Amino acid sequence: MSAHDHAADAHSVSGDHHEQDGWDFAHPMPVPMLLAVFIALVILTVITVAQASFDFGSYDVAIVMGIATVKAILVGLFFMHLLYDKLFNLAVFLSAFVFVGLFVILTVSDSRLTSKDFIPVDDAVVVSPTE
Amino acid sequence: MSTFEADSATDSHGAHGHDHDHPKFLAHHFETPEQQYDSGKLGTWVFLVTEVLFFSGMFCAYAIFRMLRPEVFEGCSQFLNTKLGAINTGVLLFSSLTMAWAVRCAQTEEYRKLTAMLASTLSCAMIFLGVKAIEYSHKWEMGLLPAGMFSYDPAHPHHADSPNYLVWICLPFALALVGVVVWLISAALQGNKFQVACLKPLTVVAFSFFIGVGLGTFLESGDSGETHATTHHESGEHALELASTSSLLGREDRGATEFGVIERLAGDATNSGLKNELEALEAQAEIASGSAILNDSADSDATIQKAPRDFLTPSRAGVFFSIYYCMTGIHAIHILAGIGVLVWLLVRSVRQDFNRQYFGPVDYVGLYWHLVDLIWIYLFPLLYLIR
Repeated sequence: MSAHDHAADAHSVSGDHHEQDGWDFAHPMPVPMLLAVFIALVILTVITVAQASFDFGSYDVAIVMGIATVKAILVGLFFMHLLYDKLFNLAVFLSAFVFVGLFVILTVSDSRLTSKDFIPVDDAVVVSPTE
Repeated sequence: MSTFEADSATDSHGAHGHDHDHPKFLAHHFETPEQQYDSGKLGTWVFLVTEVLFFSGMFCAYAIFRMLRPEVFEGCSQFLNTKLGAINTGVLLFSSLTMAWAVRCAQTEEYRKLTAMLASTLSCAMIFLGVKAIEYSHKWEMGLLPAGMFSYDPAHPHHADSPNYLVWICLPFALALVGVVVWLISAALQGNKFQVACLKPLTVVAFSFFIGVGLGTFLESGDSGETHATTHHESGEHALELASTSSLLGREDRGATEFGVIERLAGDATNSGLKNELEALEAQAEIASGSAILNDSADSDATIQKAPRDFLTPSRAGVFFSIYYCMTGIHAIHILAGIGVLVWLLVRSVRQDFNRQYFGPVDYVGLYWHLVDLIWIYLFPLLYLIR
């Protein structure tokens, strides 16, 4: 940890006019950038809602998840400062998604192999086909 | 951050220079504000990792059930109002903007703006919850509940005898609003300027919940409500065909043979062979009575009327709504937790605790808030935007 901290101190982000290292490290995001990211996110939301009225068949989920991921990347890089953050923090955060991927892929494929539908049916309704 | 390192950091200052080097906001075991900020930030990121993994369990449940029963998700998603979901997405994105802006204000030491930004973020959170209250109460009134409690009846979508859920959800928020206003008045009378400065924005925040409720009511009564109504009507007509065994048994004008089939069917509802027998008998009876012409759509299996029958059963639709309430409910709990820490930040912002060397708390809460926003970014299309 300490080696990492010192390395970060060495290339402190904004060493403007402070005599000491590690005292002037704030990196305010420019307001126009924040507004631009927000507008991009709103536009992407509108696109997501709009595409729901078209039928893309099996690509549907992929498109929706793709747009959501673009939005997530925008939020992560700019609102969450990941673009200017230490690489280590990014690695920590991304490692979570590696394990989420492993978890979901293994569980879903296992469920696909072993059981067709394990939702217990308790509907005491008899469907009369015609009236 | 080992204790060894912290010890060596304080030792290096010696006895005399300690107070001079360490401002109030810098904990004694850190050498520089940046070190303090970085270690706090790493801790926050690790916390966010646990949050992502925590939510991934629910996303996994979603993936499995959607894979097994895609038509249930497609059908039940129609009950979720896309407009309300979209407006909530916008509100949450805007709150993310104000939160990121608040971090900037803390770094640039613009205190009034910082308080305003935090109050905007809080207000958006409250509006989000207000819209959510409309969504939840609307569904509860229709019996669209988790599996086990699911009691949606397409013929009577609105339960007349159900309690007014919206009032019960609004009650704690109304109490909070009244409490804040009373506190504000008493603080103003006592001349406590700090409390007044904190409570003024908090009054707006507490009131914002009801802006959300109003917004939700307005959008719910819009045209998407109409499409809901038609869906209900369609499935309502169809539900008449979903006669229960007991009502079938109650019919007196049936022949003895048919009654025997129904009786056996009552003993074993899953026996599809018996169902077919009953179907054949009824078709015969109808042809005999001349009413079969009215029901010629029953010949084809793939008609649109067939669809609601498959997904609107308590166990199937109930699973969808279990997942829906679990995911959105835990997300809402995260919003509530975020409101809690944001109020803490607001008070500290009024106290002018933050500066360009000490803005960590604002940044950490911001990261958490953006993560909650990220989760909603995925929840919204996955739940609301399935055709």
